[in-house]
Amino acid sequence: MRTDFLILMKQELVIIAIIFVLLFIKVGSKEWKNENILNLVNLLLLFNFVAGFFWNEDGILFNEMFKTNKLIVTEKSILSLGTYIISLQSYSWLKNHKHVIEFYMLLLSTLVGMFFMISAGNLLMFYLGLELSTIPLAALANFDLEKRKSSEAAFKLIISSAFSSGLLLFGISLMYGTTGTLIFSELSQHLDGNPLQIFAFILLIAGFSFKISVVPFHLWTADVYEGAPVSVTSYLSVISKGAVLFVFVSVLYTVFKPLAVTWYNILFVLSVLTMITGNLFAIRQNNLKRFLAFSSIAQVGFILIGISGASQTGTASVIYFVLIYIFSNLGAFGVIGLVSAVTGKENIEDYKGFYKTNPLLSWVLAISLFSLAGIPPTAGFFGKFFLLMAGAGQGNYILITIAALNMIVSLYYYLKVVKAIFMDENESPIEKLAIPASPKLALFICIAGIVLTGLMSYVYEYIYSLTSSF
Amino acid sequence: MNEITITHILFVSTALFFIGMYGLFTRRNMITMLMAVELILNSVNINFVAFNKYQYPGKLDGVFFTIFLITIAAAEAAVAIAIIINLYRSHNSIDVEDASELKY
Repeated sequence: MRTDFLILMKQELVIIAIIFVLLFIKVGSKEWKNENILNLVNLLLLFNFVAGFFWNEDGILFNEMFKTNKLIVTEKSILSLGTYIISLQSYSWLKNHKHVIEFYMLLLSTLVGMFFMISAGNLLMFYLGLELSTIPLAALANFDLEKRKSSEAAFKLIISSAFSSGLLLFGISLMYGTTGTLIFSELSQHLDGNPLQIFAFILLIAGFSFKISVVPFHLWTADVYEGAPVSVTSYLSVISKGAVLFVFVSVLYTVFKPLAVTWYNILFVLSVLTMITGNLFAIRQNNLKRFLAFSSIAQVGFILIGISGASQTGTASVIYFVLIYIFSNLGAFGVIGLVSAVTGKENIEDYKGFYKTNPLLSWVLAISLFSLAGIPPTAGFFGKFFLLMAGAGQGNYILITIAALNMIVSLYYYLKVVKAIFMDENESPIEKLAIPASPKLALFICIAGIVLTGLMSYVYEYIYSLTSSF
Repeated sequence: MNEITITHILFVSTALFFIGMYGLFTRRNMITMLMAVELILNSVNINFVAFNKYQYPGKLDGVFFTIFLITIAAAEAAVAIAIIINLYRSHNSIDVEDASELKY
């Protein structure tokens, strides 16, 4: 019996082991306190993140269904880090929740699904991973069981994700009909660009676009983000989106390379639409979660520009941007989650005069928003810079100009929030919040990440060096 | 002349796909919307089996995909119905027009 699969699948196996540990705690007779469970899970997740750095080997398993290499391991480590930060941040929300263990079991199953999806070398495996990462997420969105908004958001999420996977599957079935194979490496040899294949390919892109909320398919995003609990919203916006983006890049660059002209034109239209719509709708939002939802739609538009570069820089810049995006978005969501767990306030007006009472949290939120807007000393600037540089490699300067103009628009609405926090007067601002230890650690990691990944060029160079073999 | 070709089957499956899509967009009952989604998934199943039988009879990829699809569709329906039950408890209705607090 071969044992190398233990090494090649180490990250998946660690997560599955954590799920089983939680299951045993659940069915066991001993009553556990919520605090102890949370600390245990956080420790195990940290272990999972660290495990990503050791014993890295390249390999292929199960007749090309599962493949792994250093780049894929790095992508999984980025997702693990993000999950660890979210788990730390949800401490104050989950401390008093009845179903902590179920929350983590669902959350970690989605993470396993994403890992399998990233590693997939076969359309069947890819689809299974995708479904494993979306179905439990709908249950998670409903986790505030008694809130009306929460169940509405969950219903919208499951119906739209079921519809999108229907589109994706119809595309896959036509692709199978025209090529006769489901394996990625064989698929690319059979693509000749006949009309049926193009139709199938467009359906596939539509399925992907639903998951990363690209504009004609973005309608579920804002509703789900507003209704779901803050931890789930942050998970949806960074981790699940990041995982699908990683797969999207690798699938477009390797499997659909013969159709490069087709998808370049599609991405051009989609990215322009996404940036403009995301930015214009973000301006008129009052609820901070909705606001961040539209801002995340706009960010995806920028990422699509990076993808359209179709070069080594393209892959590297997308992965680097997702890493930075995890830090900046989680910094913002961490503060919102803390405030929402204690006071229940989520509107921008409520944050007026926030600086007077909570200077530390105000700075964290401000730095995260600066990073999202792409202001130079923070990492967000470098992320956007590399994305646009990758896009500029195609020589389409109209696209780059539209992107640059959109960045100015985005600056307006990010600074509007900063203005409310620092400058506006308020008679009854949010009272001073006590920050528990683990959310504090999470916010510290986010801020360190925003500042350091921007200043240390080593991070980008490392990711770039990994993509060369890919 | 009387033989059933792959074109006939593809016509049925594509029709089923668009009927499902139409149902999803027009129906206002949550359970019926779920049924429409199942129609879409079943049209994909027909596609896979037909392609496997007519085009690539030597391989079994399509049939296996169908088996996995049926399983996943069941799981999806289970979660969706659980969510609908929970929604019914707070809204006392399974009409989508009543669940419209989140807008714009």
